[in-house]
Amino acid sequence: MSAVLEVEDLAKSFGGVRAVAGVSFAVAAGELLALIGPNGAGKSTCFNMLNGQLRPDTGRVRLAGRDIAGLPPRRVWRLGVGRTFQITATFASLTVRENVQMALYSHAGRLGSMLARFGGAFVAEADALLDQVGMRAQADRVCGVLAYGDLKRVELAIALANAPRLLLMDEPTAGMAPRERGALMGLAASLARARGIAVLFTEHDMDVVFGHANRVIVLDRGRLIAGGAPAEVRADAAVRAVYLGGSA
Amino acid sequence: MTWSSILIQLLNGLAGAASLFLVSAGLSLIFGVTRIVNFAHGSLYMLGLYGAYTLIETFGRTPLGFWSGVALAALLVGLAGALIEVAILRRIYRAPELFQLLATFAVVLVIKDIALFAWGPEDLVGPRAPGLRTPVEIFDKRIPLYDLVLIGIGPLVLGILWLLLTRTRWGTLVRAATQDREMVAALGVDQARLFTSVFFAGSVLAGLGGALQIPREPANLELDLSVIADAFVVTVVGGLGSIPGAFLAAIMIGVAKAFCIGIGTVQWFGVEIAFSKLTLVVEFLIMGLVLIIRPYGLLGRPPAQQRHSGEPAPPLVPPGWKVAAVWLVPLLLLPAAGDRYLVVLATDIACFALFAASLHLIMGPAGMVSFGHAAYFGIGAYAAGLLFKRAGLPMEAALALAPLAAGFAALIYGWFCVRLSGVYLAMLTLAFAQISWSIAFQWDSFTGGSNGIVGVWPAAWLASKTAYFYLALAVAAGGIALLWRVLFSPFGATLRAGRDSPLRLEAIGVELRRYQWAAFVLVGALAGAAGALFAFSKGSLSPSVISIALSTDALIMVLLGGVDTLTGPLAGAALFTWLRDEVARRTEFWRAVMGLVILAIVLIFPQGLVGGVKALVARWRRARA
Ligand SMILES: Nc1ncnc2c1ncn2[C@@H]1O[C@H](COP(=O)(O)OP(=O)(O)OP(=O)(O)O)[C@@H](O)[C@H]1O
Ligand SMILES: [Mg+2]
Repeated sequence: MSAVLEVEDLAKSFGGVRAVAGVSFAVAAGELLALIGPNGAGKSTCFNMLNGQLRPDTGRVRLAGRDIAGLPPRRVWRLGVGRTFQITATFASLTVRENVQMALYSHAGRLGSMLARFGGAFVAEADALLDQVGMRAQADRVCGVLAYGDLKRVELAIALANAPRLLLMDEPTAGMAPRERGALMGLAASLARARGIAVLFTEHDMDVVFGHANRVIVLDRGRLIAGGAPAEVRADAAVRAVYLGGSA
Repeated sequence: MTWSSILIQLLNGLAGAASLFLVSAGLSLIFGVTRIVNFAHGSLYMLGLYGAYTLIETFGRTPLGFWSGVALAALLVGLAGALIEVAILRRIYRAPELFQLLATFAVVLVIKDIALFAWGPEDLVGPRAPGLRTPVEIFDKRIPLYDLVLIGIGPLVLGILWLLLTRTRWGTLVRAATQDREMVAALGVDQARLFTSVFFAGSVLAGLGGALQIPREPANLELDLSVIADAFVVTVVGGLGSIPGAFLAAIMIGVAKAFCIGIGTVQWFGVEIAFSKLTLVVEFLIMGLVLIIRPYGLLGRPPAQQRHSGEPAPPLVPPGWKVAAVWLVPLLLLPAAGDRYLVVLATDIACFALFAASLHLIMGPAGMVSFGHAAYFGIGAYAAGLLFKRAGLPMEAALALAPLAAGFAALIYGWFCVRLSGVYLAMLTLAFAQISWSIAFQWDSFTGGSNGIVGVWPAAWLASKTAYFYLALAVAAGGIALLWRVLFSPFGATLRAGRDSPLRLEAIGVELRRYQWAAFVLVGALAGAAGALFAFSKGSLSPSVISIALSTDALIMVLLGGVDTLTGPLAGAALFTWLRDEVARRTEFWRAVMGLVILAIVLIFPQGLVGGVKALVARWRRARA
């Protein structure tokens, strides 16, 4: 397996807080890697460094061999990285379809036109993406009125719009009913396999993590404390300690 | 300059900084806690000055009379501020922020006319401070003792505020609310009382700032807007919500201004530069520089995690042909009514509708509020006037080139503006408008100074009012159609998306700033077209076409009509222009009447007129169904 994403010794501090303190891992094409850890462990900070939202203090982020650390998010996206946010970020005044179309227009470099009418192009492509995430029926609704779980789906459709080779999902199933969670992650897993997308996701629902991830890495106070196949991680004493012997 | 004159300018500057600091600290305090940009804050300062004048005349020009007059004026202004909060602002804390802004504009109008009614239009020169009149000799120069007292008052008030904010329960609440408004609400604090008390305190500071100026500056009716512009600059330079920041910034700006006046006119390489005329430019240059280096001001912090305030913007609905027909057909037929006055009014409305529509695009769908949109209207008007009179171009060519000039100004101003957002952005736009205004006002030899330019008449074929009206209508309708078309283009969708979620837009490969910058240029050019049209319709122009007052007029038009609809700004422009005309013909106090009408509308229709009517229609439909 070739690594799509390789992270080496990544670190970031806020003031005195070492949010991420030297983290290394890799994700291969077609692989689902779960990044888990308690609240405040540094998961979102990690994601933000991977897609350019934050500039790492130290470390390297290689996408298909190319160092992308420090590039702005828009450039990282152009290199084939899609992402969803822990707190959903969608365009509230646009319809669901238009949200996806924005990404498709952007991918095609067609947002600059001042006189054409927006929405005429990429309808079929947008609807196909919405079909995949189960939002086709709501394509004409305005995003501002959607339920939270539905927004997460729209975000996934947006993130898939540039046919990414790496998909970053920060708590993709928060706000969904348990059954929907399984379905969404099942979708992500099948897409990853079918198209060879590398998927990195964080998740607090351990059923989702252990049901769908190929590998799991555990972050605690900015450091990786364990990693491996789901079964190994589940049995790891250190991980159990972090999770207070909880559901894991 | 000698060392002694440098010292004198420094002291002069520090004395001027005292009032600037007081009024800005009040603004900052109020904004920090209530998140309301109180445009009426300068009006409170003006009231302080007028109040002190009258009270000192009543109490007598003795040291006791003077100081008790100053103190009482400040206190009364504080009560006025608290009254404004209780009677008006408290009712609309839940309304969109922009609507609160509209309410404070209305208060500005009302207070101006109250002052006009009570004190008349003449400037009032106050008494020198009794007992402090004797000048102090410093080296070979003299400085009034009162100025030295003022220099002491600034740090004294800073100290008192610091004690209040750090040593009292009230101060703890104020600081907590400044950092996180929702948290305070969650803690179960009586928010209404906190807000009223903050308004009181902030208004006392404004009133005191004004009252203390009475020996140095005559009371006049223009102070409200000029002071609010100064106070904006100081709070933005210092950092919104930071009182020590306001102190620092007031000193920087006060001293810089004093030095400009002190330097006077200098010859540099044969070029004569009148520094004394550059005070405004210098003030705003400082602001521009600080914002570029520290976008949140000297001591300000980036706004804490921006949580969504209020509801997301509703989707925009493209107006169909029917809407256009409903508007256009009666307008086309209007000259047939044979009323010359009506045709002139409709020409004005056409100019302002285009102006308001251009402001609407940038502040509504693009989410960038501009407090200084008159810059582009005015630059368009001046470009038209100058090209016509000085370059001798035919009127048609001047009219066609004016938008390019305004667009070019927007290209430069916009480059800076799109680096900021929210209130900081709004205040930077105001700063650029003030720079443009002061250039038009102070560059006598080129722009005609305060007299402006006369004899800007249209070509012969447009000489009749009716012909000119059709031209104005055609340009305005064309411009508005272009704006609407752009709004529904991929470019326009990108602007709306960027307002909804800049984060997501960046994460799908879009550099929002470039689009915002282009939008600035587009609306600047169209506002310039409106200004040029306006200039030729009046036959003359003066610096008032770039004034803050005109910028706020445009904001009122957009907000009155409703920022969430496309036809709203047009309705707002028509209503405002017509109403002002009607009222101004009947009473000298038209501003107060306008202000009260606006307040009534704000309190009854918090979504603006068109939004309010739409909501009523929807309710009526539901009731019938
Ligand atoms: N912009 C910031 N400024 C200061 N501190 C921050 C910032 N972002 C994150 N932190 C801190 O960094 C640490 C890691 O935060 P992060 O959001 O990465 O955690 P997380 O693992 O995603 O947690 P959660 O499961 O709650 O989402 C926390 O202590 C947090 O308070
Ligand atoms: Mg997180």
